[in-house]
Amino acid sequence: MSYIAKPKIMYPGRKKNNLGLTSSDYEGAVSTLCAGCGHDSVTAAIIQAVFELNIEPHMLAKMSGIGCSSKTPTYFVSQSHGFNSVHGRMPSVTTGANVANGDLMYIGVSGDGDSLSIGIGQFAHAIRRNVNMCYVIENNGVYGLTKGQFSASADIGSKPKKGEPNNQEPIDPVSTALSLGATYIARSFSGDKEQLVPLLKGALMHRGFALVDIISPCVTFNDHEGSTKSYAHTRQFYHQVIDVDYIPPAKEIKAAYAEGEAMPIEMHDGSTIVLRKVDKDYDLTSRASVFQYLREHSNAGEIMTGLLYLDESQAEMHELMENINTPLSKLPLENLNPGSNELKKLQNRYR
Amino acid sequence: MSTINDVVIKIATVNGTGSASANGLLMKSIFRMGIPVVGKNYFPSNIQGLPTWYEIRVTGAGYKSRSNRVDVMVALNAQTYVKDMAEVTPGGWLIYDSTWPRSELLNREDITVIGIPLSKLCNESFNGVRTRILMKNVAYVGTIAALLDIDLEIIIKLLEETFAAKSHLIDSNMQAIRLGYDYAKNNFTCPLPMHVEKMDKTSNSVIMDGNTAAGLGCMYAGATVGAWYPITPSTSLMDAFRGFCSRYRVDPETGKNTYAIIQAEDELAAIGMVLGAAWNGARSFTPTSGPGISLMSEFIGFAYYAEIPTVIFNVQRTGPSTGMPTRTQQCDLLSCAYASHGDTKHVLLFPSDPGECFYMAPKAFDMAERLQTPVIVMSDLDIGMNDWIVPELEWDESYVPDRGKVLNAEQLEEMDKFYRYLDVDGDGIPYRTLPGEHPKGAFFTRGSGHTKLGTYTEDATAYQDVIDRLLIKWETARSILPKPEILYSKLNKAGIITIGSGDSACKEALDRLVVKDIGLNYCRIRSFPFSKDVAEFIEKHDVVYVVEQNRDAQLRTLLINDIEANQRKLVSLLHYNGMPINSGFVVDRILEEITKGRAA
Repeated sequence: MSYIAKPKIMYPGRKKNNLGLTSSDYEGAVSTLCAGCGHDSVTAAIIQAVFELNIEPHMLAKMSGIGCSSKTPTYFVSQSHGFNSVHGRMPSVTTGANVANGDLMYIGVSGDGDSLSIGIGQFAHAIRRNVNMCYVIENNGVYGLTKGQFSASADIGSKPKKGEPNNQEPIDPVSTALSLGATYIARSFSGDKEQLVPLLKGALMHRGFALVDIISPCVTFNDHEGSTKSYAHTRQFYHQVIDVDYIPPAKEIKAAYAEGEAMPIEMHDGSTIVLRKVDKDYDLTSRASVFQYLREHSNAGEIMTGLLYLDESQAEMHELMENINTPLSKLPLENLNPGSNELKKLQNRYR
Repeated sequence: MSTINDVVIKIATVNGTGSASANGLLMKSIFRMGIPVVGKNYFPSNIQGLPTWYEIRVTGAGYKSRSNRVDVMVALNAQTYVKDMAEVTPGGWLIYDSTWPRSELLNREDITVIGIPLSKLCNESFNGVRTRILMKNVAYVGTIAALLDIDLEIIIKLLEETFAAKSHLIDSNMQAIRLGYDYAKNNFTCPLPMHVEKMDKTSNSVIMDGNTAAGLGCMYAGATVGAWYPITPSTSLMDAFRGFCSRYRVDPETGKNTYAIIQAEDELAAIGMVLGAAWNGARSFTPTSGPGISLMSEFIGFAYYAEIPTVIFNVQRTGPSTGMPTRTQQCDLLSCAYASHGDTKHVLLFPSDPGECFYMAPKAFDMAERLQTPVIVMSDLDIGMNDWIVPELEWDESYVPDRGKVLNAEQLEEMDKFYRYLDVDGDGIPYRTLPGEHPKGAFFTRGSGHTKLGTYTEDATAYQDVIDRLLIKWETARSILPKPEILYSKLNKAGIITIGSGDSACKEALDRLVVKDIGLNYCRIRSFPFSKDVAEFIEKHDVVYVVEQNRDAQLRTLLINDIEANQRKLVSLLHYNGMPINSGFVVDRILEEITKGRAA
């Protein structure tokens, strides 16, 4: 594989965002993934989300580890800084980057191997610290780059192309994140852009750790009959629990939705997420009931999607650490160094 | 005949009983008398109940290393009594707690035994088990004060300073001092022929351990992000950084912190955080020890190849594997110099004492940012955790941090296009940009094969182009890193090369060998890759003794590998039992080699 620069095609009359940029300004290099890969649809959804959010490209940081999913930051927003780190370690790099400069917006793109096997420790601890980031898992149940081994998210009974079905419990990123205290948890499907884009927008704007677990089928190694992460299987067992609209800060929204049908939730930046409940009894603010609901439905073989849990009240990492608002990376030495006289004074303790 | 200001006291106790503060009091009171002292703590990897020793060498001559002698042994641990007594140098003294009878079988004719009923005295005067145990420690300080003629006024002053906030403790501690002091005075001839007398050799010095100094150095260097995973013997470095930051790094206007310390889930995460923060332009660092380096290795290679400034303090301990976590060695030279898979090599700095730990902290950040590469400061447990006397630390107000080749928004605006890995200046160091600075500055940081333009590649030529440019940068590093300390006379045909904590023992050995008419030149290396001065030093000598604290002669290997030193000239003097090296070892081994050479 080599790097392929994407030709810039300018369409006259193309829609521009508030920054005067078109969605093609948010594109990256040409994808080198397999034709039909779910990840490319996720990439397209990310492009649309950041374009519509009017994010300045250079204020976005694209973080990843290793694997098919981790390659994708090259394929969107080429004017953003990217950090393709080592396998399973994207969360620590993002944590450090965010501590140094919280002014940037962080999107981490990971996979089920990267986050649930080699990197499950870092995944867990980034949640625990409530790192302000959008954490995408492109979840296909297999290792693509090494040609089709099961990952830790493979369901019991799911069949590989060759060999025996999986018989080990899957690790579900959503219920894992729920138990670890994540403050924004969503699941979606790469084949449902309409649902995915507002979920990504909400995740990007959420203050704190936002997980978007996306079933993203691997067309080459895990899209056959008997696979529970195939397009066909996902479409068949896919249920929307809560439908979401994302409304940017400037727009007046309240009148647009009848009371009872929709619930607007204000985010920290002033934008609003409007939830439309598909299941009337679902309470996305209660960890315990969300956990029970998801468990019951996944036991029945259903794939529950939508914004599954939300808590806008928790302090994110910078607040927990009581950091100054100015990015630490931008503080000049005179603000950091107490000087020679103080050095002399403090050494009296050491005599 | 009396010996003044040249005595070694060793105190054997049980850890977790509060003896550490008593030992500190003793050392500091001698220091306050103006006499140089060396303190070494030999402690177990344990919290309570195992043997621990503290050794204080009073050295009017001002030597910095331990001595292999014990003149006065305070043997308060029944578990180790036999071994402790055996260790006393003939003619020395043994102090024991005579509350309990001592077996007559355990005796030596060539030493003087002094029994002080420490437990009995303290049990009669204090209430509560814990207090009695604590005060027994203070009481032996009193006994030693009487025997060595330590100024009681200085001890009172120190107690007043220590317990300024709890004045009732000053009285009780002083009472305990007096119990031990008076008993010794009333029952034995005081002072001993070996004792102390006031000098004026410490007034411009401080007592500090290397981890405290390094933590202070990081604070002064403007480090803002520290990520770490606790590991002996590096833990106190971050504790120190935290302590200094909590005092000096709180924004007066907002009350918010101008620093961040993250206790990571493991060393893999700690180094990942350091890379992330450094990528964003913060001065960030992690302190660790050998096992942590093993875990960090993948990311260290990433930082080398993606060219991210990274500062690591490796406070080395005894390996391999878990080894002896509370004993010292210089055993990670190779694992740090070549950490990670593939062709990687890393800049190392070798501080020799806490003073250099302080000064090398800003140096490490400067070099990491200038060279855009990992810099590992190779301290060790002896430097990091023991109290050393060092000249008072000074800060040069004219210091300007070297942030390296970082393009700002104006520079980027004027550029046609920015490419991350071009060797614009011919020194092998490319320009970098920080995220968020300017739209033109964006680039993709990756550990996979990349071209000089920063794009992914599997092309043979484009890959090799970048890898070869890193060698040019390596040579730049060689030319700008701290130079070795060299003591040279044309008359001498042989020399010593050492690093880090080997310095003090080697310098004392030079003095002791001169007395025997053996003149040696000296080269203390302060950085890797080695400066050309090191190569020249080796070339000028027939024999070079390479003194290091590991089994496998790792420094010698690096010399052969990095500057193609003539290996036939390099004679290894290896000290690796976990105890800090002493001059006696160096002298004996050199005499041995000279004898061998004459016989051959």
